Amino acid sequence: MALDKSEVEKIAQLARLHISAEEAEEVAGRITDILALIDQMQAVDTSQVEALAHPLDVVQRLRADEVTEQDRRDALQELAPASEDGLYLVPRVIE
Amino acid sequence: MIEQTAAELSAALSRGEVSSVELTQAYLDRIGKYNEALNAFITVCEESALAQARQADDRRARGDASPLLGVPLAHKDIFCTEGVLTTCGSKILNNFISPYDATVVERFNGSGAVMLGKTNMDEFAMGSSNETSFFGPVRNPWDRERVPGGSSGGSAAAVAADLCAMATGTDTGGSIRQPAAFCGITGFKPSYGRVSRWGMIAFASSLDQAGPLCKSAEDAALMSNVMAGLDPKDSTSIDLPVPDYTASLGDSLEGLKIGLPRQHFAEGLSAGVEQGIRDALAEFEKLGATIKEIDLPNNHLSVSAYYVVAPAEASANLSRFDGVRYGYRCEDPVDLEDMYKRTRSEGFGEEVKRRILVGTYALSAGYYDAYYRKAQKIRRLIKQDFVEAFSEVDVVIGPTSPHTAFTLGAKSDPVTMYLEDIYTIAVNLAGLPGISIPAGLVGGLPIGMHIVGSDFAEAKVLNVAHQFQQQTDWHRRKPALNGEEA
Repeated sequence: MALDKSEVEKIAQLARLHISAEEAEEVAGRITDILALIDQMQAVDTSQVEALAHPLDVVQRLRADEVTEQDRRDALQELAPASEDGLYLVPRVIE
Repeated sequence: MIEQTAAELSAALSRGEVSSVELTQAYLDRIGKYNEALNAFITVCEESALAQARQADDRRARGDASPLLGVPLAHKDIFCTEGVLTTCGSKILNNFISPYDATVVERFNGSGAVMLGKTNMDEFAMGSSNETSFFGPVRNPWDRERVPGGSSGGSAAAVAADLCAMATGTDTGGSIRQPAAFCGITGFKPSYGRVSRWGMIAFASSLDQAGPLCKSAEDAALMSNVMAGLDPKDSTSIDLPVPDYTASLGDSLEGLKIGLPRQHFAEGLSAGVEQGIRDALAEFEKLGATIKEIDLPNNHLSVSAYYVVAPAEASANLSRFDGVRYGYRCEDPVDLEDMYKRTRSEGFGEEVKRRILVGTYALSAGYYDAYYRKAQKIRRLIKQDFVEAFSEVDVVIGPTSPHTAFTLGAKSDPVTMYLEDIYTIAVNLAGLPGISIPAGLVGGLPIGMHIVGSDFAEAKVLNVAHQFQQQTDWHRRKPALNGEEA
């Protein structure tokens, strides 16, 4: 399947990536090549095959619903590009 | 003595022939001498390494005989290390000082191994040549014009050039085994679930697995003894007993059944590598093993399926990098949307963005069944191929890579680069253990032999590799580093 520039812009928006108009053409070409590689799978009839989501055939392990982690808010928040009074700062969302 | 294996260094430490401080200093000196040329390390932790070495010497003086106590190692920069820069080879994390240790790091710290630093890698482990790193490509110690392989290229180059005794890596589609092959060292990917992924920055969560890059199968066993085991912090780590992997290294290979996949000895394999692997196989026959051809009929679909599953999982995993809580943030965002988009576009490199886009596309409305579901069905077929193979043979052996290390810049087209992993990717899709060990030299460059076992047959894979290394000395061959001093 070939991808055009407008489709690249659409998926870039979904992925929250900025792709400039100049880049979009090249990106579309590269991704079209990758999709051609991927599309080799389409030649195989898998209608009777069950999907394998995960290599391990096990059920998800559960644990008791108890607090085991320490509160490390300050240490973790020190890593933020901008924070204040225990809050993460981002550009204004609501005027 | 820095060229010795971890097992040999361990013995020398226990006999008191050398101290961990002396050994650590020797590696630090060598890193100082060669790292500029090889670019294997992103971060070198001189002070903390020497402090850990002093502690290790103290522990030994008090009678502690832990095998890796005082042995210097390097961690791939994908593992979180508390208080130490952890970049994952990316600009988006180039200011990230991790607030915690990965379980793998914690376990090695507990074992008394000394961390020399963090090794270079393809950005977010997406690459087969180490050329996608934000910190520049790693050079292959055997020939600086060639790549070391990827994505654990820094770890592989560091081990090959004796900048460390051993190193950790991660393998999502071949990222431990292929660089091990290109650099002439031993690289082992355990079964999926064997080693905790906690604190290992996620690329594709159903495929990623950590493992050792080192100088012998015996060292891989020693490192696996430290790394393997249940971790409550990783819900996909498996609750199975962990054997002592060194205990069965000496087992005889008399009667071992080896399968050679026809599909791994077909078109695309270079003549030199094929001859090297066939010569190596003769060693196994001398040891009493029998060899038969087998089929992995769906192997040719593995790269296609992988380039749906891995990018799809990556696109979800990498959504966390948004410039809010840690890492890079773009300058002067006009609004939140602008901040997300520019942070990610400026912070991620080309290959990472390409894979996020492919993954987003494969998961987007209307394409899920055609791509993601289809790839999961192909994954089942690939797994079944191995299940059938292992009903006939004990291990599957072939080349790790179709050729020796290629030159920098030689594979600029993504699809050509993706096909590099044609022999290794199926093993990740099936979740199996696989090792690459040195099996010869072609044109002065190492070739790797790939040994794959059934689910959780780590001990068997290591045993087979170790027995080969008892008969051969390919794993002892070293690159000449003359004229590369910084």
